[in-house]
Amino acid sequence: MTAQDLPALSIADLQLLLRRREVSPREVIDALRARIEVVDGDIGAYLSLDMDAATNEADKANVDLPLGGIPLAIKDIISVMGQPCTCASKILQGYRATYDATVIRKLRAAGAIPFGKTNLDEFAMGSSTENSALKLTRNPWDLSRVPGGSSGGSAAAVAADAAFGALGTDTGGSIRQPAALSGIVGLKPTYGRVSRFGLVAFASSLDQIGPLTKTVRDAALIMNAIAGHDPQDTTALNEPAPDYAARLGNDLRGVRLGLPKEYLIEGIDPQVRAAMNAAVKQMNSLGAEIVEVSLPTTEYAIAVYYILATAEASANLARFDGVRYGYRAENPKDMLDLYGRTREEGFGPEVKRRIILGTYVLSSGYYDAYYLRAQKVRELIRQDFASAFEKVEALISPTSPVPAFTLGERVADPLQMYLADIFTIAANLAGICGISVPCGFAEVDGQRLPIGLQLLGKALDEARILQIAHAYEQSTDWHKARPPIATAMPKA
Amino acid sequence: MAKPSDLDVTYVARLARINLTEVEAKVFQKQLDDVLQYVEKLGQADISDVEPAAHALPIFNVFREDAPRDWFTAKQALSNAPRKANGLFIVPKVVE
Repeated sequence: MTAQDLPALSIADLQLLLRRREVSPREVIDALRARIEVVDGDIGAYLSLDMDAATNEADKANVDLPLGGIPLAIKDIISVMGQPCTCASKILQGYRATYDATVIRKLRAAGAIPFGKTNLDEFAMGSSTENSALKLTRNPWDLSRVPGGSSGGSAAAVAADAAFGALGTDTGGSIRQPAALSGIVGLKPTYGRVSRFGLVAFASSLDQIGPLTKTVRDAALIMNAIAGHDPQDTTALNEPAPDYAARLGNDLRGVRLGLPKEYLIEGIDPQVRAAMNAAVKQMNSLGAEIVEVSLPTTEYAIAVYYILATAEASANLARFDGVRYGYRAENPKDMLDLYGRTREEGFGPEVKRRIILGTYVLSSGYYDAYYLRAQKVRELIRQDFASAFEKVEALISPTSPVPAFTLGERVADPLQMYLADIFTIAANLAGICGISVPCGFAEVDGQRLPIGLQLLGKALDEARILQIAHAYEQSTDWHKARPPIATAMPKA
Repeated sequence: MAKPSDLDVTYVARLARINLTEVEAKVFQKQLDDVLQYVEKLGQADISDVEPAAHALPIFNVFREDAPRDWFTAKQALSNAPRKANGLFIVPKVVE
């Protein structure tokens, strides 16, 4: 094993080398830094790096801790004390977090080293990372394509071996979809399983932090560190967190999996459909029983989401007013001018659109027709999943109906961008957990583009979907595939 | 359901304290009319006898001890202020 090969390792494999003292945390950080220098000019995954602090931490790291000496990338919407937290928005350029989010505190306690902040759609609003006001991130498999979003920087970094693992956030698919489009694993935990304290809020009843990793086992290892109760987040569930890595096995005998018939929509790319069918067959051969289930309210999920998520965003983003932190418009003549121009100049178009839509659906005369109605349909969606989970342990679908699309392809039509979230969005509305795991490739214009398989589990059943995803993953080679750029050599 | 055309982007943007250029207002009006047209489909859902779901999971009345603890200082709280003086945030004059 040469230093150059280190960044390709999974967290679990790196952990072994560190514990056997075959490599030092310092060598790991140095190798990672070198890899980032080689690939990130092309990928654009990182918004900021704090390698000097990371090197100091590496020198003090206790490799016998659960994640001792493992560097992890953090989506730039989660507070890491002293580091920038831009949310990929001009309105937070120059801002530095004054405290650690609970997940960061927990990662540090487990020995991990948060060394850099990754790009995202501004305030996590988007599905391609193109809504970042600061940087363009490219898909490591094809640099002319998006990495997915909104956790696109985290996904691209992990896929390009420029991070061993990363944290992202998922409000309507923002961990699972970029994981799928970038060919890695992404887990959205149950709402409340992981504390949101220190996460800049987009839609508070939907947001959830989770891992993006090279393997299912790595996702379980990060969950072991971050899951659990937090008195500083009233929505963090006061339930003990199991050891997610301990239960991973290779057998699916006796497991019942459901195929929602409403998910077999037109508009699924034929290669995505074929990959999913092959994955279903594979799980069947591992012993799983496959049954058809029904989620009749599927057709309403996107509409409900774009009412509730924008309503919550309009309230949450009111705090960005140019008074206490972040950008302020120059020479304001009065307070209204200060607010109006600060927000005009500080927010990008998608954020403005969503604040306006959210303000509208909450406004007098429209609240009942939009917001209240959407809350009620949300309850129906939740009930649909509850009924499905009486029959099966997990639901299977593609993560995204299409592989990675080209940069710029969908920017002009927000509604079309929203419709691509069809398979991921309902899980957030129902509060359940979901995982995306690589299940094959599509050949598009001579390029191999990754395809992701989604497994949805009932609330607090992360251990179960990790177990199923792991058994499937270990029976395939998809997770071992690396994009061409991951083997790129330093430029001479 | 309300007609999509009920949305007046310029008016709502003012409520949301976001100045918009005329061009932006026009583009957003079209894009958001499309989105509102799309969400009209919620009108077809049968929601009689359904209680609205404020949260996905039933969690109520979460309390913690009201105990003092260390937190960041006034200096840290002001560390990101665009304008500050004497330990205060500075804003344009509000009262004449």
